[in-house]
Amino acid sequence: MQQTIDWSEVEVGCELEPLVKPAITKVQLLKYAGASGDFNLIHTDVETARQVGLPGTIAHGMLSMGFLGQYASQLAGTQGFVSRLQVRFAGMVFPGDVLTCRAKVTKKESNQIDLELFVEREPGKALTSGEATLTLRP
Amino acid sequence: MQIDPAVIGSTSEAVLMEVEKGAIRAFAHAIGDENPLFTDEAYAREHGYSSLVAPPTFPTTFRVPIPQVKFELSRVLHGGQEYSYTRPIVAGDVLRCVNQVLDVYEREGKQGGKMTFLVTRVKGEDLDGQLVFTSTSTIILR
Repeated sequence: MQQTIDWSEVEVGCELEPLVKPAITKVQLLKYAGASGDFNLIHTDVETARQVGLPGTIAHGMLSMGFLGQYASQLAGTQGFVSRLQVRFAGMVFPGDVLTCRAKVTKKESNQIDLELFVEREPGKALTSGEATLTLRP
Repeated sequence: MQIDPAVIGSTSEAVLMEVEKGAIRAFAHAIGDENPLFTDEAYAREHGYSSLVAPPTFPTTFRVPIPQVKFELSRVLHGGQEYSYTRPIVAGDVLRCVNQVLDVYEREGKQGGKMTFLVTRVKGEDLDGQLVFTSTSTIILR
């Protein structure tokens, strides 16, 4: 875990320390399928993926959102919780991809911090992007 | 359209979801998220929670089918997702979940052809009837 953030010191527009995830593996996609109950075979079976016109298996969109959930939860630490997390899935993610989560503070209001956040493989190309709200304890 | 817009407004049966510690740990491990609030019960208790906390995307494990809505899973792409919480979900929660179709509409695809969008929302309440979370999903049928 990274150090506790002093939110009173963080200003709107500030970019936060990114989270770099280890490369996604096929085993991780099997584990995620089992843990989430998403058994769509495009994530775990190459034959099914190709039948529907994909180059190969693709990661669950929800896994990328899970990375952003991990990141937002880490930013909130034990000072509060993630009260909102919203994403759009724009680009496909494949086994072997190394993803980086990034966030910027867009608003601070009493005990709420709004973030704009996204997942990228290459710098500047968001594959999954969205917003989060952290609600801090008073 | 691949889904009849007549399904807009239709709802699922209410389903009771019991949030288990093992399910939270398995979900956090699959993501590679070792946040101790999600994996270490003593740590979670030290920080004011009654048990393990569930990661923000955990309600994806709550599968709440709407009988009128049918499609072939491998033709589906996830377009977007939103969660909102009045408080974090914790192990031991029993959540009464109802899913509802909010919208069905059609758009032109980037490579031509029409795509059908389906928007659904699960609301989860605790046994006292307090809203805990909402989960809004947009899926795309190609």
